[in-house]
Amino acid sequence: MNVYIEGVLALMGINILLALSVYAILTTDQLSLGNAGFMAIGAYTSAYLTVKFGVALLPALIIGALTASLIGLLIGIPALRLKGIYLVMATLGFGEMVRTFFLNFEPTGGASGFRGPMGSSLLLIYGWVIVFVAFFWLLARSRLGRSLDAVRDDPEVASTLGLDVVRLKVWAFWLGAFIAGIAGGLYAHHMFYIESSNFNFLLSTMIVLYVILGGMETFWGAMVGAIIFSILPEVLRFMKDWRLSFYGAVLVTVMIIRPAGIITREMVRDFREWLGRIFHRARTWDA
Amino acid sequence: MLEISNVSKNFGGLMALDQVNLQLEQNKIYGLIGPNGAGKTTLFNLTTGLLPVSGGSIQFQGQELTSLHPHQIARLGIARTFQNIRLFASMTVLENVLVAQNIRTQSGITSLLPTNHREDSFRKEAESLLQQMGLWQKNKEKSSSLAYGEQRRLEIARALALEPTLLLLDEPAAGMNEAETEELLDRIQEIRNIGKTIFLIEHDMNVVMGICDYIFVLNFGKLIAQGTPADIQANEAVIEAYLGREED
Repeated sequence: MNVYIEGVLALMGINILLALSVYAILTTDQLSLGNAGFMAIGAYTSAYLTVKFGVALLPALIIGALTASLIGLLIGIPALRLKGIYLVMATLGFGEMVRTFFLNFEPTGGASGFRGPMGSSLLLIYGWVIVFVAFFWLLARSRLGRSLDAVRDDPEVASTLGLDVVRLKVWAFWLGAFIAGIAGGLYAHHMFYIESSNFNFLLSTMIVLYVILGGMETFWGAMVGAIIFSILPEVLRFMKDWRLSFYGAVLVTVMIIRPAGIITREMVRDFREWLGRIFHRARTWDA
Repeated sequence: MLEISNVSKNFGGLMALDQVNLQLEQNKIYGLIGPNGAGKTTLFNLTTGLLPVSGGSIQFQGQELTSLHPHQIARLGIARTFQNIRLFASMTVLENVLVAQNIRTQSGITSLLPTNHREDSFRKEAESLLQQMGLWQKNKEKSSSLAYGEQRRLEIARALALEPTLLLLDEPAAGMNEAETEELLDRIQEIRNIGKTIFLIEHDMNVVMGICDYIFVLNFGKLIAQGTPADIQANEAVIEAYLGREED
C-alpha cells in the first residue's frame, strides 16, 4: 500500500479511537475537553516502556492505558461532582496540566520531545478499533447500556430506579480515559516521536467536534465523525490556507441541517429494520 | 411499614413541611390531598431521597431513610412516579420497563455477554407488565410518542418493574379522561391486591374517595386531618382548606 494512504488510514484509526473515548464519557452526559491529556499519558507511558525497558508493544499499550485511566479516576471522582460547563472547565484544565507536565518533565525529553517508539501497524491500530467497536456494539444491546442511557436522559429518575449514578459516571470516565490512553500509545508508536504540543487543547476540541458532527446518540456517530474529519483535510488540500475556514463552514452547515449530528439513533434503528426486511425477503425467496 | 415522624422541610425562609407525622400500613391504598403548594410532592421527594429533610425521621420497615441516597432507598423497595411525567425519552416503551429491572439482575459489565439465563424470564415479566397496562402492542415505539394517559401508565409499569413494596404515585390520573381514569383505578386496585402498599397524591376527588382506604390532608405544610374517606368528607378543617371559610 502507498505510504501516504497508509499514513492517512493509521491516523483515521487513531481518530476513531479518540472519538470513541469522548463518546464513552458522553454516554453519561459528561463532556470532557481533556482527552488529549489522557492520550498523552498513554503515549508517554507506553513509549517510555518500549524504548527504555524494551517492553513488548501490546503490554506497554495496555499499561499506558491503565495509567491514563487510573489518573482519570483520580481526577474523575472529585470532578464528577461538577456538572455541565464546570466539568468541561475542569477537564480542560486537566488536559493543559498534563501537557505542561510533559513539557517540563526531563526523563521523557521535556521540551525536546521523546524519540524512538516504533512498531505500530495498521493491523494493530484497526485491531483495537475492532475491539472497541465490538465492545460498544454489545454495550448498546446490554442492560449496562440501558443504565447509561437512563443516566444520560434523566439522572434523578435513574437514581429513583436504584441506579448508582455516581458509579456509572465514574465508570464511563474510566473507560474513556482508557480508550484515549490506547489511542495515545498507538499514536506514539506510529509517529516514532512525540512532544507535549502534540496533545494540546486544540486536539481535545477536535475530538469533541468529531463526535458532535457525527452524532452523539450512538457510537456509530462518533466513528463516522472521526472518519469524515480524517479524510476531509486530505480531500481539501487544494484549498490550502482556506481549509480551516471551510471546516468551520461544514460544521455550521451540518449543525443547522442535522442538529443531532449526522447519525441519529432513529437512523440506526431504521437501517436495522431495513436490513431485517431485506434478509427476510431473501429468506422467503429461498423457500 | 412507612413511618414519617416530625418531618420538616424549609426552602430558605419558606416552611414547605412543618412537623408532619404519618404512618402507613402494609397492603392498603393511602391518599395524600391538599391544595396546591401544600407540600405533597415535597413529602414524596423527601421519602425517596431526592431532597434532604430539614428535620425529623423517615423509617421504612425499621430502616432510617433520611441518611440514604435515592438509589439506596429504591433498592429497599420504594418506587415512585412523577407529577410531570419523566420517562426516558431516548428509549422505547419496552426499554423503559427493562431498565427498571436492572438492580434485580446482572446489569454490570457481564450484561454485555449473553450469559444471563434469567434474561428470558425478565423479558416475559416486562411483557406481562406492559400487557397489564395495555401498552404491549406499542412496546417498540419511542416513549415520547405515546399519548398522555399512556405515558402515565408506562411510568407506573416502570415503577412496578422494580418490584417495590411501597409505590408512590404523584397525580396518576392527571390529564386522563373519565374512561382512562376508571381503568387506572382498576389497575391500582389490582396492584394493591398483589400485596403492595400505595400512597397517592391526587386532585380528582372521585379517585381519592373511590379507592383510598385512608386519607391524609396537608395544608400549608401542616397535616390538618386524617381518616377514612367518610371522615375526611365531613371534616370542617378540610372543607375550609378547600373552599375557604364562610363569612359570618
